[in-house]
Amino acid sequence: MLTDSPATTSAAPAAGRPRPRLAAAWARPAVRLSALGAAVLVLTVVYCVTDVPGSLAFALEIRSLTVLAMLVVATAVGVSTVVFHTITQNRILTPSIMGFDAFYVLISTIIVFSSGSASFLAFDQFTLWVTQVVVMVASSVALFTWLFGGKRRSIHLMLLVGIVLGTFFRSATEWMQRMLDPLDFQVLSDAMFASLTRPDETLLVLTAGLVLLGCLAVVPLLRTLDVLTLGEPTAVGLGVDHRRVVMLLFAAVSVMVAASTALVGPILFLGLIVANLAYSYAGSFRHVWTLPSAVLIGVVCLLGGQLVLERLLGFGGTLSTVIDFAGGLFFLHLVLRKGAR
Amino acid sequence: MTALDTASASTPTRERPRRTWVGVLVGVLLVVLAGLSLFVGVSDVSPVAVLTGGPGSDAAFLLGVSRIPRTVAVVLVGASLGIAGLIMQMLVRNKFVEPGTTGVSEFATLGMLVTIVFFPGMAVVGKMGVAAVFGLVGTWVFLQVVKAVPVRQLVLVPLVGIMLGGVVGAVTVFFAYRLDLLQSLGQWSQGSFATVMQGRYEFVWIAGVMVGVAWLAADRFSVIGLGEEFATNLGLDYRRVVAVGMVIIAVITAAVLVTAGLIPFLGLVVPNVVSLVIGDNVRRAIPWVAGLGAVFVLGCDVLARVVRFPYEIPLSVVVGVLGAALFLWLLLRRRSRAH
Amino acid sequence: MITLEGVTKRYDGQTVVDDVTIGLGGDGVTALIGPNGAGKSTLFGLVGRLLHPDAGRITVDGMDVARTPSNQLATTLAVLRQDNHVAARLTVHDLVEFGRFPHSRGRLTVHDREHVERALSYLDLDPFRSRFLDELSGGQRQRAFIAMVLAQDTKYVLLDEPLNNLDLRHMTEIMRLVRRMADELGKRVVTVLHDVNFAATYADRMVAMRDGRVVADAPARDVMRPEVLEAVYDTAVDVREIDGKPVALYYG
Repeated sequence: MLTDSPATTSAAPAAGRPRPRLAAAWARPAVRLSALGAAVLVLTVVYCVTDVPGSLAFALEIRSLTVLAMLVVATAVGVSTVVFHTITQNRILTPSIMGFDAFYVLISTIIVFSSGSASFLAFDQFTLWVTQVVVMVASSVALFTWLFGGKRRSIHLMLLVGIVLGTFFRSATEWMQRMLDPLDFQVLSDAMFASLTRPDETLLVLTAGLVLLGCLAVVPLLRTLDVLTLGEPTAVGLGVDHRRVVMLLFAAVSVMVAASTALVGPILFLGLIVANLAYSYAGSFRHVWTLPSAVLIGVVCLLGGQLVLERLLGFGGTLSTVIDFAGGLFFLHLVLRKGAR
Repeated sequence: MTALDTASASTPTRERPRRTWVGVLVGVLLVVLAGLSLFVGVSDVSPVAVLTGGPGSDAAFLLGVSRIPRTVAVVLVGASLGIAGLIMQMLVRNKFVEPGTTGVSEFATLGMLVTIVFFPGMAVVGKMGVAAVFGLVGTWVFLQVVKAVPVRQLVLVPLVGIMLGGVVGAVTVFFAYRLDLLQSLGQWSQGSFATVMQGRYEFVWIAGVMVGVAWLAADRFSVIGLGEEFATNLGLDYRRVVAVGMVIIAVITAAVLVTAGLIPFLGLVVPNVVSLVIGDNVRRAIPWVAGLGAVFVLGCDVLARVVRFPYEIPLSVVVGVLGAALFLWLLLRRRSRAH
Repeated sequence: MITLEGVTKRYDGQTVVDDVTIGLGGDGVTALIGPNGAGKSTLFGLVGRLLHPDAGRITVDGMDVARTPSNQLATTLAVLRQDNHVAARLTVHDLVEFGRFPHSRGRLTVHDREHVERALSYLDLDPFRSRFLDELSGGQRQRAFIAMVLAQDTKYVLLDEPLNNLDLRHMTEIMRLVRRMADELGKRVVTVLHDVNFAATYADRMVAMRDGRVVADAPARDVMRPEVLEAVYDTAVDVREIDGKPVALYYG
């Protein structure tokens, strides 16, 4: 039995049958979240101190950066996906599946394309970053609103639209990149695709800042998000300024998508897996619990996956492919199970 | 029902006069674009140069070795991919599928990887054969999975296909990455006609033959498109027709893969546009789909050659942008109207 | 009062609500009836600020719906739309707590909890309070949503087709509840109803719409006349007295 507030717990003597204390404790979202936090800590320690090739201090320095990068990505992906799910009233579409990280890559390409690499380099890194983020947020909020703002359309149709949009964005990106000088192209790909295991420090700081900004926008709205799970009509009836709130949340989602894409490039299915696992794990529908659960599950997936691939199997660098594979199967399972109902 | 289905059902009778007009347009475009395709390129091959230079000239040589094969390949690929999409749509009874959205292409690519790994010296025809077998397996897997999807959820079907393709694609990428074959696989699957020349494109005629087979069996596919019960009721061997359709799809996919690579959205967009104009009778639709597919790919190929002259950008990219834009328009176009 | 002045709503050039001027939400229960596409639900959407009128003005107790903060309106006016599908797994108690959102912004005080408890017991939902919504029958779920609206503690309650997809027993149950809310708690209920006889039995006043206009607005008994109903529904309707109540017969 899943309960979440003290009032519910006390008022519901669980159908009369006394439950073992352990199970009762496990039903509490706080306990579950703490367990998840502990798992993340253990994984972090294992990742940082085992299999050290040379100096421990050096390994720690590099690896703590990797863990930090994973935390940033997991936060961005987890929070943006759960928030996106709540706003769009579904649990299958994610910003990645709707092609929004491909969109980010396209926007970056367009900026380089239209400014030319000379001016690209003349920009200082920070100005460029700010320009990218501002353009990205403005245009993706416009796109979100165009797709989801009007009449409600079927989720499946939107899914198809998203997949087609993704192809469109990727093809358009490639087209533009082909039109670039090889030199410009090099600048672009250096700027856009850092690796999870070797994060660029400046980029990491900038993205961490962005993700923090996104979180700061979301946290005051945690309870409003709970109301949004009831759907737009009910939420409006309960006095939520739906339009304003949704715009703000879409902006936060865009910022986070931009941050994580800039840091590690598109990971198509991570958000989907993480969010859906969080819903069944968290033990409550309230965003106070589901959001941090999604983030921590994201870290477990990335860190655990990296550990298994790198240390046990000796495969480096294929994490996102493996996540795509596992995520694809999980997705098929979700869709077919829902379809069968 | 989807937007496309309702629109296609209501259109044919009303639009008869427009049909001839569109038919003439497609024919003219085909001739004009084929002509353009023959004479656009880095080397100067103009009709004048060919005529004045005589049969031994550079221009005539280039025309025979490169430009004519390329144009023929483009026309055949465009026509056959359109047909593959059309037949797939009949088999699955869903307007949103084509080999690229059902995992068939990804299975064929996996087959390609297998030949590169295990039989690196294999002749192209052998590679094509293996890719076709994998494509066939892919079609079968997809049809099996689709049975689990409720009939009314029309948009779910291509979704499942795309995900299936994603999973198979991830497997392919994983092994290609491990075996350091990502690049050579990329060379095969990157959709482009840049390397097509005499002696290297002839397999695409097999795809052309498949278009012929499809035409011969057209009426059966029309009936299949109405469902298994309906087909059986009319005395048709449902399974056999489905098997023929699967073979056609797999062979076309494989033949196109070895000559031109993966070309997205073509099999989706072309039959849907045709369906809007003339309805869903397969026999009537086949020449249209073939013609329009050829025109579309010809146009994209010419564009790919001229847009960054003297370099070429990959055809798949041009088709991806134009095809996706067109498909999005098809999907969302009903939005402006009232419900 | 909920006052509409010259309110018009168009979709793609089609006028769905056409220059409606009316006051709603007097004492007791007001039923809004009319054929499909008459504009009843659109009218509700406009009052509930889900839609914005193309012309005209809507006020609730003098507050202009277009300008007043949504939150402030939500303490005066509660709206329950039809087809309340919730994707998340919520318990009945969770749902009813949401009714206090306009007052507490999600941080419930002792006072809020009292309201929740009262709403739960008023709708006999105590045995179901920790059940998930998707485990309830249609009638129970509808009661849970009405409990939420009740916990919102507003003067006006708007219900859009509360009887949708319910069987006869649950329909009667919900309508009795609506009547009790008006009589015992002094709620001013406005509800869209499909069934004329339910409307006539439980409502004090009936407002009939057709083609986006209000075509009848009178005490229930005066609307329950063959010539009025025939004009509204464009079909033959007979009205008989049974046990002193007018009953419309439209099966002939």
